[in-house]
Amino acid sequence: MLEIVFALLSVIAVASAIAVIVVRDIFRAALCLIILFMTVAGIYLLLHADFLAIVQILVYVGAISILIIVATMLTRDARQGQPLGNLKYAAVAVSALLLAAIVFGIINTVFVMPDNAPLQETIKPLGMALFGDSGYLLTVEIAAVMLLSAILGAIAVIREK
Amino acid sequence: MFSAGLDQYLILSAVLFCIGLFGVLTQRNVIKIIMCLEIMLNAVNISLIAFSQYVTPVALTGQIFAIFVMVVAAAEVAVGIAIIFTVYRDRESVDIENFNILKW
Repeated sequence: MLEIVFALLSVIAVASAIAVIVVRDIFRAALCLIILFMTVAGIYLLLHADFLAIVQILVYVGAISILIIVATMLTRDARQGQPLGNLKYAAVAVSALLLAAIVFGIINTVFVMPDNAPLQETIKPLGMALFGDSGYLLTVEIAAVMLLSAILGAIAVIREK
Repeated sequence: MFSAGLDQYLILSAVLFCIGLFGVLTQRNVIKIIMCLEIMLNAVNISLIAFSQYVTPVALTGQIFAIFVMVVAAAEVAVGIAIIFTVYRDRESVDIENFNILKW
């Protein structure tokens, strides 16, 4: 059953990722990107990452895709997503070679997997790991400062002189 | 060798990453390049969470990493779109070939 769900989700994900590149109209490409984000959230649910699935919907579907759509509406361009002529074949070669290398590496690696059953709900353990003792508290603080500086930098860059 | 659980997620992640890489290398529109960057970041997150599920099921290290990747992705999109707007005001275009202000 879960295999069927995974196969369905991955087919939709790969198809919408290809559609983002192939579709000429940039607004429709943004909508395909939203479909991709939602299927990725479904894949997180398959992996028992419930908190990450919610965050994926909130941050990617809710915020990042809206930013991208606003950007497409405020800019206009005559040539919509034309591939660069000769470099297209080089790009195909580079991507295919990288994919072959990664898949070869995955298949030939033996991962050490413990027998522990995965956690059924992850919100409390994630909170303990992020904010508890001997956790990632300093990293959380640094991430907050980085977000603030990124927002201030974006405002400073975009402001009219 | 091939274990169906972890490997299927890793291969899906690799396929999505390479699609995103192809898009970044070939697209002309800068906004589309940002979209393809987001595809690549999502692919990496899938593999991080798959590792978290199968390799560190109790410590959840991969999920914590994925949270920080999302934070960096949000900051990256905000700054990137601000830069795109600024160059668009100057050049009236979002074609990557017109983004050559830093060229000497």
